[in-house]
Amino acid sequence: MVLDLVPLWTILLALAVFYYVVFDGFDLGVGMLYGLLRNDAARTATMNSVAPVWDGNETWLVFGGLGLLAAFPLAFTIIIPAVYFPILMMLLALVFRGVAFEFRFKHTTLRRLWDSAFCGGSLVATFAQGVVLGTFIQGFKVEDRHFAGSSFDWVSPFPIATGVALMFGYGLLGACWLILKTEGELQDWARRAAGICLVAVLVAIAAVSIWTPLARAEIAQRWFSWPNIAFLSPVPIVTALIAFGEWEALRRRHELTPFLGAIALFLMSFIGIAISLWPMIVPYHYTLWQTASSPSTQAFLLIGTLFLLPVILMYTAWSYWVFRGKVSGVAGYH
Amino acid sequence: MTLDPMLLSRLQWAWVIAWHILLPAFTIGLASYIAVLEGLYLVTGWDIWFRISGFWTRIFAVSFGMGVVSGIIMPFQFGTNWSRFTDATANVISPLLAYEGLMAFFLEASFLGVLLFGRWLVPPWAHFLAAFMVAFGTLLSSFWILATNSWMQTPAGYKLVDGRFEPVDWTAIVFSPSFPYRFFHNVTAFYITTAFVVMGVGAWLLRRQRAVEDARMMIRMALGLLIILVPLQMFLGDQHGLNTLEYQPAKLAAIEGRYDTAQPAPLTLFGIPDDTAATMRGAIEIPRLGSLVLTHSWSGAIKGLKEWPADQRPPVALPFFAFRVMVGIAVLMLIIVLTGQFLQLRGQLWDAIWFLRLCEFAAPLGFVAVLCGWVTTEVGRQPWTVYGLLRTADSVTPSLTGSNVAVSLACYVAVYLIMFPTGIAFMAGLVRRGPRPAELEEPPTEIESGRPHQPFDSAARAAPLL
Repeated sequence: MVLDLVPLWTILLALAVFYYVVFDGFDLGVGMLYGLLRNDAARTATMNSVAPVWDGNETWLVFGGLGLLAAFPLAFTIIIPAVYFPILMMLLALVFRGVAFEFRFKHTTLRRLWDSAFCGGSLVATFAQGVVLGTFIQGFKVEDRHFAGSSFDWVSPFPIATGVALMFGYGLLGACWLILKTEGELQDWARRAAGICLVAVLVAIAAVSIWTPLARAEIAQRWFSWPNIAFLSPVPIVTALIAFGEWEALRRRHELTPFLGAIALFLMSFIGIAISLWPMIVPYHYTLWQTASSPSTQAFLLIGTLFLLPVILMYTAWSYWVFRGKVSGVAGYH
Repeated sequence: MTLDPMLLSRLQWAWVIAWHILLPAFTIGLASYIAVLEGLYLVTGWDIWFRISGFWTRIFAVSFGMGVVSGIIMPFQFGTNWSRFTDATANVISPLLAYEGLMAFFLEASFLGVLLFGRWLVPPWAHFLAAFMVAFGTLLSSFWILATNSWMQTPAGYKLVDGRFEPVDWTAIVFSPSFPYRFFHNVTAFYITTAFVVMGVGAWLLRRQRAVEDARMMIRMALGLLIILVPLQMFLGDQHGLNTLEYQPAKLAAIEGRYDTAQPAPLTLFGIPDDTAATMRGAIEIPRLGSLVLTHSWSGAIKGLKEWPADQRPPVALPFFAFRVMVGIAVLMLIIVLTGQFLQLRGQLWDAIWFLRLCEFAAPLGFVAVLCGWVTTEVGRQPWTVYGLLRTADSVTPSLTGSNVAVSLACYVAVYLIMFPTGIAFMAGLVRRGPRPAELEEPPTEIESGRPHQPFDSAARAAPLL
């Protein structure tokens, strides 16, 4: 008897990636917004709002990477070489950002330098992740189980555009997080930033939704053929409703709703991409099942994952609970 | 001149892992040390355990944070630079790597936070439990990484399907023939490395008459551990060598600098290896000793590298010299530890300034030995990534050009040369501040953390306005 574990691993990996995108997304977004703030107290409050959680969020990147490697190794060995330089940029940016986070408080003389490392690191890491997403959707040149393109295939309009779009996307998450965690002037500022980011994100979602079916016939077929169009039309409609709700929530000065709305927008985009590409994991070449590791490999890892993951999630939830409420600009972190 | 993507990828791997390995080499030993200190504090309630534990926990937090940051880089290297290796081996080794990540993740997400910030939030037994679990977790982490490495050295429990490895027997994969030797040899090396750092720091404090009682206790504890572990490590190293002789005879020939098969074989103390001529120049040899050491008999045969085709031989120079540096350090360590014990028995330890100086000088020796051991075993594995089955040349990512890798390597070099010195300077600053009396370790005014939200800073914040 061989139980097909591919669907389960697909769900686990999708959840891990989505979790990473939302949670490290908001703290990378906060990092970018941080660079736009000039006031030192506001900066400190901003940093305090992510201080307790950011490194836990980042660890999900490792989980996502190793999960892809273990469950769908062929996808890992094709996708990662194709984005050799974006991955390099992302890793180094994350290193810098992490170190800057801690050293900013040590070196008062070098504070400006670490400040820009924190903000710049967040920016570069976000852009690089957006480029990876764009390259992924665009597809890869594959021969004989290997990536056969060049290390610079990602330098093309679509990945660069998704890179920029993700900066606004994470900016939206970050701004909504700040609305939730701060008050007063800083909160008003975050609300304006969220509005700007929201507009840019909606433009980007619309652009990707138009560009991908035009570029790939199979994606157009997926969405517009009958009866798919009947089943799938709720996706854009719900997205539009969420976007409208998000705008209203910002206008009416809600505090929690904008953050939830931003997550919902990300979720809808995520679902949209999944529908377009399903069941491909190396778009237009290999399906999830073709890239899957052996059933024995998937089973061996699943045992430990199913035991450890709930504990990690419960612990994470508890730690967010501990740090609930507003950060104050004065007391707290340092 | 054309840039070789394989050579540069190997250099890049060596660069990022050489820096990374220094941190586990230190934190694995330190985590266990802290667990012991916390256990002693729980049982006796004496302040001295509390002070020493607090002092090392602050340093531990920094090195663990750096370990995590440099560790995030590692799994991606398998994809970016070694995609063909990964394609061939993922079915077998990827769960081991993923388990390592999960364990480290699990550990960081839970018990580390309690250890670093939970002193005043949880009862003492729970704090000890957290310290114990952190130590246990670091050992589990090294268990999985060394299982992966050992499988690459002495593959087992697999079958080959279309040139790719498929798992057959997980027990055989995890506990491959070299694994037990490698695991105990490494963990002991990490404990020794940490003990020498603790002893060196203790000596440094003592020479300045700082925290005298604490410093003496550190030295006493380190010496007590080392007098057992250093001889034990020599025994384990010998056993590991016998295992290498059985499963990786070509590596052993490289370590011994032996090109020609000999029976009985002499022990080559020194020489200049020449791989192209396949000969040792200016070799200094002791007759029969090689046979005695390696086969434990006066007339055992040792195969020379000429038994293998030229394209299946590892380069000799690096394993040969790195091994000799490692063994030389082991001997030096033994002398230092014996001297320390001798002085202690005669009650002269605290007055022997020259010995305290020697301990300071010896503090980084363990790191050098670990790096040399690692160079010996990994370069000795060449030209294979999976020993005897998959060549390094067939492991590298096919789409990479030499200049691609040259750029990425330059970036890693630049960033690590900023990050590691900064981190090390920061730890040095914590050492200079020294242990503090328990009454200075006040509970935080507000409940700040259940988790390590600031691995680097926790230490400094715990030492306000000094």
